[in-house]
Amino acid sequence: MADLSTRVHNLNLRNPVLTASGTFGYGEEFDDFIDVNSLGGIIVKATTSKHREGNPYPRMAETPMGMLNAVGLQNKGIDYFVETIYPRLLKYNNCIIANVSDSTVDGYVEVAEKMNSLDHISAIELNISCPNVKEGGMAFGTSCPSAIAVTRAVREVYDKTLIVKLSPNVTSIVEIAQAVETAGADAVSLINTLLGMAIDAEKRRPVLSTITGGLSGPAIKPVALRMVWQVARAVKIPVIGIGGITTATDAIEFMLAGASAIQVGTANFVDPQATVKIIAGIEEYLNRHKITNVNELIGGLIS
Amino acid sequence: MRTFFLLLPDRSLIMKKYILDFKVLSNQAINYNHNLLELSCDRPLPPMLPGQFAEVRVDGSPGTYLRRPFSIHRADFAMNTMHLLVKSVGDGTRTLAQLATGAIVNIMLPLGNGFPVTENNDVLLVGGGCGVAPLWFLARQLKQKGNRVSILIGGRSYRDILLADDYAQFGQVYVSTEDGSLGEKGMVTHHTLFKKGKLPFTTIYCCGPDGMMKAISHIAEKQDIPCMVSLENTMACGIGACLCCVVDTKSGNRCVCTDGPVFNSNELKGWSAETEVGCSINE
Repeated sequence: MADLSTRVHNLNLRNPVLTASGTFGYGEEFDDFIDVNSLGGIIVKATTSKHREGNPYPRMAETPMGMLNAVGLQNKGIDYFVETIYPRLLKYNNCIIANVSDSTVDGYVEVAEKMNSLDHISAIELNISCPNVKEGGMAFGTSCPSAIAVTRAVREVYDKTLIVKLSPNVTSIVEIAQAVETAGADAVSLINTLLGMAIDAEKRRPVLSTITGGLSGPAIKPVALRMVWQVARAVKIPVIGIGGITTATDAIEFMLAGASAIQVGTANFVDPQATVKIIAGIEEYLNRHKITNVNELIGGLIS
Repeated sequence: MRTFFLLLPDRSLIMKKYILDFKVLSNQAINYNHNLLELSCDRPLPPMLPGQFAEVRVDGSPGTYLRRPFSIHRADFAMNTMHLLVKSVGDGTRTLAQLATGAIVNIMLPLGNGFPVTENNDVLLVGGGCGVAPLWFLARQLKQKGNRVSILIGGRSYRDILLADDYAQFGQVYVSTEDGSLGEKGMVTHHTLFKKGKLPFTTIYCCGPDGMMKAISHIAEKQDIPCMVSLENTMACGIGACLCCVVDTKSGNRCVCTDGPVFNSNELKGWSAETEVGCSINE
């Protein structure tokens, strides 16, 4: 029996499979389909300082091997999260990670500070890469000075594991990764969605209410894999791989490229059992290759 | 009585959802772009309510990544069969419409809240085009609960009127077509049914194009009759995780897949004839 447990900074994960924020709700949406506790952890939907309605409908467009979304961080705000959602998360005994976003540095700090006092939240993932909001989000993640500023400010108030989620919509994701590392990030996760667009030719109109949106799904996997490989070689902190992971083979490829753990995102929409199938597939791969510990895969690319 | 109708119980949260393989028992083309799939499962059908829907995985269509949502057209628990009414719109639905007998289809269900089913009342069901899909299961259950059911089916022409004969077993069927090729000529909302003053219905159930549902809900609202509409926003997950299928309601953006697909039309913003108050918090 291969050992699937892994470690990302101070997080002890029972396996390297996490769920990407915004694709897994608060876990409970999936209780009918899988044992959520069997996952390495879940990263819950982004929380902002204030209630947000998100963008108007339509927010979604199916694209070849993927989809565009323009949800725009719809959530009920940190105070609602603390009072109403957090108690419901206590039934899970795996690693619960909160995705944190906002439009201002002060907003990020407020959410992070409140998350810091929640014992059952073992880490936050700083979302400086959401492409669907006019202010904040990706704006923080596309330049080194702003990425450093927000990471540093949150680092001052957040004691536990701080993961920074990076945007692929930059000239050099390596430079951003190095910048947040120096600013105190304990890990980086990448990639968030790629900025894209869909047009309805019959109506001569954009499909999304916001015109542009974030592309996810298998279509982006090669881009994500390349970026994970580049970043993993350039930073000392752990890298969490995200981007179109649908099968165990996809997950293993990201780990070989240097990821210490992975997140399953859009695949959850098509198959709510994708995560547990990926865990079973990783174990099968390890057994077949006579590898006793999943950590041996990390950065194990032969080149 | 009225209060009961205004409250849509959030049954989706308590009804267990399943992912099951169904086998195609028959595939009947019922007009130029609609097929009726009869499906069976090798385990008993899970409990389902009229108005709930299923997310169907489309295998063998390279351009189709996401599941496709369909109303549960019929669920026959004695026969352990389920019917889906499939309109061919794009590659995904066309692939499903071509499924052969014996093919296996992976389906996630039951999803959404479903229609509130009244007892011993006079009710009107209005279906536009493929909007008749959720009304069969509903009509049967309404009839079983002692309601007197009237069904109004509308379409562009006679070719678009689906299953009118089939619905006759549940009550009086009225038909209207825009070109007058079947039933009354004109839009469903102009049917003589609505020109007789006070409507004799305690609830109107409606599914079809948004414009039609809005017009019907205006008529219902003027007469103070609750109008239950079934929406079909484009969605990804079907289980309230992606937040893509939202509709703007008086209590903010809500997911059609979990808070709906059935809404009381008076909850929907921009659907009511009355002046809207308050403002959106959209950025």
